[in-house]
Amino acid sequence: MTTLTVPGRVRVPRKYVPVLVTAGLFLAMFAAGGIRYEGFATGQIILNVFIDNAFLLVVAVGMTFVILTGGIDLSVGSVVALSTMVAATLLKHGWSPWPVMLIVLLIGAVLGLGMGAIIHYFEIQPFIVTLAGMFLARGLCFTIDTESIPIDNSTFTAFAQTRIDLGGDMWISPSVVIAVVVVIAAAYVLHYTRFGRNVYATGGSEQSALLMGLPVARTKIGVYTISGFCSALGGLLLSFYMLSGYGLHAVGMELDAIAAVVIGGTLLTGGSGFLLGTVLGVLVLGLIQTIISFEGTLSSWWTRIFIGLLLFVFILLQRLFSARSRR
Amino acid sequence: MTAFLGPFLRHRLFWPVVILVGLLLLNLVFTDNFFHVEMKDDHLYGSLIDIFRFGAPLILVSLGMTLVIATSGIDLSVGSVVAISGALACLQISDLGNQNSVGGVLSAVGVALLLSLVLGAWNGLLVAGVGIQPIIATLILMVAGRGLAQLITQGQIITINSSPYKLIGGGYWLTVPFGIIIVIAVLALTAFLTRRLALGLLIESVGGNAEASRLAGIGSRAVIITVYTFCALCAGIAGLMISSNVSSADGNNAGLWIELDAILAVVIGGTPLSGGRFSLGGTVLGALIIQTLTTTIYSIGVPPQTTLLFKALVVTIVCLLQSPAFRAKVFHRRRRPAGAPPVAEEKVRVSA
Amino acid sequence: MAEPAPILQMRGIGKQFPGVKALDGVDFRLLPGEVHALMGENGAGKSTLIKVLTGVYDIDAGEIELRGARVAFSSPLAAQHAGISTVYQEVNLCANLSVAENIFIGREPRRLGRIQWKEMRRRAAELLSRLEIDIDVSAALSSYSLAVQQMVAIARAVDIDAQVLILDEPTSSLDASEVAQLFRVMRRLKEQGIAILFVSHFLDQIYEIADRMTILRNGRLVGEYLTSELSQVELVGKMIGRELADLERLEGKPMARQTPALVEADGLGRSGAIEPFTLTIHEGEVVGLAGLLGSGRTEVARLLFGADHAGSGTLRIGGEQVGLRTPRAAIRHHVAFCSENRRAEGLVPELTVRENIVLALQAARGWTRPIPRRRQDELVSKYVSALNIRPADPEQLVRNLSGGNQQKVMLARWLILEPRLLILDEPTRGIDVGAKAEIQRLVAELSDGGMAVLFISAELEEVLRLSHKVGVLRDRKLVAEIDNDERLTTDALTETIASGAAS
Repeated sequence: MTTLTVPGRVRVPRKYVPVLVTAGLFLAMFAAGGIRYEGFATGQIILNVFIDNAFLLVVAVGMTFVILTGGIDLSVGSVVALSTMVAATLLKHGWSPWPVMLIVLLIGAVLGLGMGAIIHYFEIQPFIVTLAGMFLARGLCFTIDTESIPIDNSTFTAFAQTRIDLGGDMWISPSVVIAVVVVIAAAYVLHYTRFGRNVYATGGSEQSALLMGLPVARTKIGVYTISGFCSALGGLLLSFYMLSGYGLHAVGMELDAIAAVVIGGTLLTGGSGFLLGTVLGVLVLGLIQTIISFEGTLSSWWTRIFIGLLLFVFILLQRLFSARSRR
Repeated sequence: MTAFLGPFLRHRLFWPVVILVGLLLLNLVFTDNFFHVEMKDDHLYGSLIDIFRFGAPLILVSLGMTLVIATSGIDLSVGSVVAISGALACLQISDLGNQNSVGGVLSAVGVALLLSLVLGAWNGLLVAGVGIQPIIATLILMVAGRGLAQLITQGQIITINSSPYKLIGGGYWLTVPFGIIIVIAVLALTAFLTRRLALGLLIESVGGNAEASRLAGIGSRAVIITVYTFCALCAGIAGLMISSNVSSADGNNAGLWIELDAILAVVIGGTPLSGGRFSLGGTVLGALIIQTLTTTIYSIGVPPQTTLLFKALVVTIVCLLQSPAFRAKVFHRRRRPAGAPPVAEEKVRVSA
Repeated sequence: MAEPAPILQMRGIGKQFPGVKALDGVDFRLLPGEVHALMGENGAGKSTLIKVLTGVYDIDAGEIELRGARVAFSSPLAAQHAGISTVYQEVNLCANLSVAENIFIGREPRRLGRIQWKEMRRRAAELLSRLEIDIDVSAALSSYSLAVQQMVAIARAVDIDAQVLILDEPTSSLDASEVAQLFRVMRRLKEQGIAILFVSHFLDQIYEIADRMTILRNGRLVGEYLTSELSQVELVGKMIGRELADLERLEGKPMARQTPALVEADGLGRSGAIEPFTLTIHEGEVVGLAGLLGSGRTEVARLLFGADHAGSGTLRIGGEQVGLRTPRAAIRHHVAFCSENRRAEGLVPELTVRENIVLALQAARGWTRPIPRRRQDELVSKYVSALNIRPADPEQLVRNLSGGNQQKVMLARWLILEPRLLILDEPTRGIDVGAKAEIQRLVAELSDGGMAVLFISAELEEVLRLSHKVGVLRDRKLVAEIDNDERLTTDALTETIASGAAS
């Protein structure tokens, strides 16, 4: 069958190519927007993309871990919604904000842990397990309340309204700071810890990882726990942003997160990709929305069509550059 | 005891049937006359009929999905195809001078189904021609297709008033809801294509061992493209049914998340996501379980908001019961399989 | 020269699989600082012995001693911890990670939990340079050739303090210079006192690197020999053996045929697989292909069937030039191919016997023209009884059948197509003696009926008994084409395989 021999080492930075392509495309889009629209090419536009998508960024970080092991997590959107719901409900009942946040994060992590354990120990496909998790979390939301619950806690509103000035008329929200911290922490974990490297190894070849004595079980369950935690954190950021808890928040967000990860050059087969790519993927998605809002006359459906087309282009490029050949 | 029940317990539809029967009996406890079917105005009425009637689109989509999954693929785009097909048909009908013209409705239906076929072929080409993983290849159309549907409706809900079109999803024919007739027809067609003709054998062969199939001379590309095209056609019909039932097309919400229900129905029905052997009967059973679940929640008076919770519960139970690893670990504690290597090989296939 | 105490000693090892005795009372020992070749044809029990040793399988009988202490490993990982590392042909590393990581993953140098990349790269480079390998350790493993990947796997094994290194067919995909590099590394490790168990099908390589060899045949020990004291011809003789006397003999040798040419391959070849060869097969002729595993036997078959694309040369079938780009095209020209790898390339395990048998015929007809069920049942029951497939239940899943019966299912699949050329790659491997005889008799009958057969087998007796003409392959090259007349004997054939020249 196919020989595994790869001729020499010709294209060293090949693993960076998908990320570079995404970066190039992002810059091109930004430049095109700057030429076409008045007041587009400002730093604040990019910062706004961050502000509006901080929660997606955090969720996509968790998704990156899962996809790097070759899995998938469909439950993230629902866990985000559940988190907003739990937070809003507890606050409504007069809980103080910090324990609320702690509980929300704990719930997310435990949900992830449970799904990871089922996936690993009962050998059920991640797709199905996290799909059930998606129904579960969404169902819990509606069980709590079918209506939107407003949040008026002062700490939460402070998070929502605080502007952190960066000078030169540019500002960001606290959520952006949190998201950036998460990205940096996750990048550190992926690159500088054994757990992070085990994630890559498991995604590269689970069997080899087992034979090399790596803790595959801990790694696989760990990534789903991280994804659950990130979704919960994303949910908190979304509740800062929306100042409400609602069971219909973040519907379909799992697809945005998956799309961001894939556009960022991470292979769904696992083992290859970078967190920076995911950040760029989220930025690309956000910038498309910005362009469409600048266009004004363009309707929201063009966003979806564009995202679909972009996915197509990226996957084609990935196939061209990818070293892996399909069996 | 175990020896006697063995063949039943091992049958792959055993657990789904148990669940469905359990759900139906649960209904009987809460609803009088649950199994009662009566004739009103020459139309069949009853809870059981309703389950079939409301479950019709899901059964259709699940049938197409079964074949796709049997080739070890997956199709996430069916929900979007549902929306596109309904939107296109309604758009054309709304442009008709006389919305009740049978010819106009037929041509609208034809064009909508034709577009569904094209979309399905596109998916098939991406998977079999370009070699993109099915989940991603169809994610493209899932995302873009939803936009396409909204583009067709211009973001509005197109409302129509066409009695021929209404027949598809909401009408009756020979006392039976027309939707059920369509389902039976498509089921019969699918069974004919796969079990009477040889498509089923080739599909199972491609899904079971792709390389061996190639060496046996099977044109697996053609098989895969056919299957995705068929799946989109089923979704297209389901789209017509859904939009006809409410006499309107909503590009945004029609068929939303139906792909997930369909995949669940297939898995619950005993067709593994890894491909190979498929069971049309199991899929119908799976789709009925999901629909019955929804009906049950209404009928036993549980607030509808817990539908999803119940669904999650039932899905988890069925999937766990069907997982050999779960049964081995829970029912036969500490009985490791004698040969370690098969397990390792299993793992390879999973990660591949 | 005094022998040092063996580091590893296996005594009376037995391993039973359902229906097969894979190992029967095998002794094996490994001395420190030696390269010990484990020899035998496929199915001789080499890989079972390695798997028993490394804890993939349990043993049914016998004992294993490592450094004088009895051991039994529960997994390859446990064996690794005890100092027995295995490097497989398909490297068990993560190709997506860098070279340095592959050596150190799970044991990365850390400070406060932070991986010290620089330190890791430095140590990896140092380790590799001790093995005389100079590469960029920060590049992904997948960017290097398989030879380098194997060397990295060896480096990892050595660094986790392996005293016994098992190299399972490491050279089968390497070119000459890569093999030389591997051998340099092996010699260096030998000097350090590491015991190396080496498996290869290339005799020249064995004679170049191995100090000692143990030969297995059919799960039994043939003997342990010093390489310097056993000639290549003797070795091949011991590997192949003569134990087919109990098989029913076919009447004499097959008569030569004076029939028109059916298949003419001219300069057909594929780089990296088989050098261009020229071969003619006549109607009703049985052409045997002899040669050791990895000599290119299967590659010839795959080119003739269109399973791989030929890089060069032409192929004519029935006088008409054809380009076989797919198996489908080959089947249209009435060529059929029974792969040696039944599980991966032959059967669809989830389907029934009946479905597996009609698969190729159905594929040829297309899905719109189903074979009527009655005709299927007729065909299947005809071949189930003709080939004596057991259990004679067409609705049994094929994965539940024994190897020999699975092989017959494969044969039946192709026979119902009534091909003009039937390619059989190791049709009798791993099946019991009775089934073997049945298949041999069938081949003779088919050829009498006018079907051309390309018969590939590692068993020379079998090849000689059936073939009108024998092609000999060695090192991916068709080195000789010999008419099977009175003068051709297994000894002469063995000589040709070993030396590469027609005698």
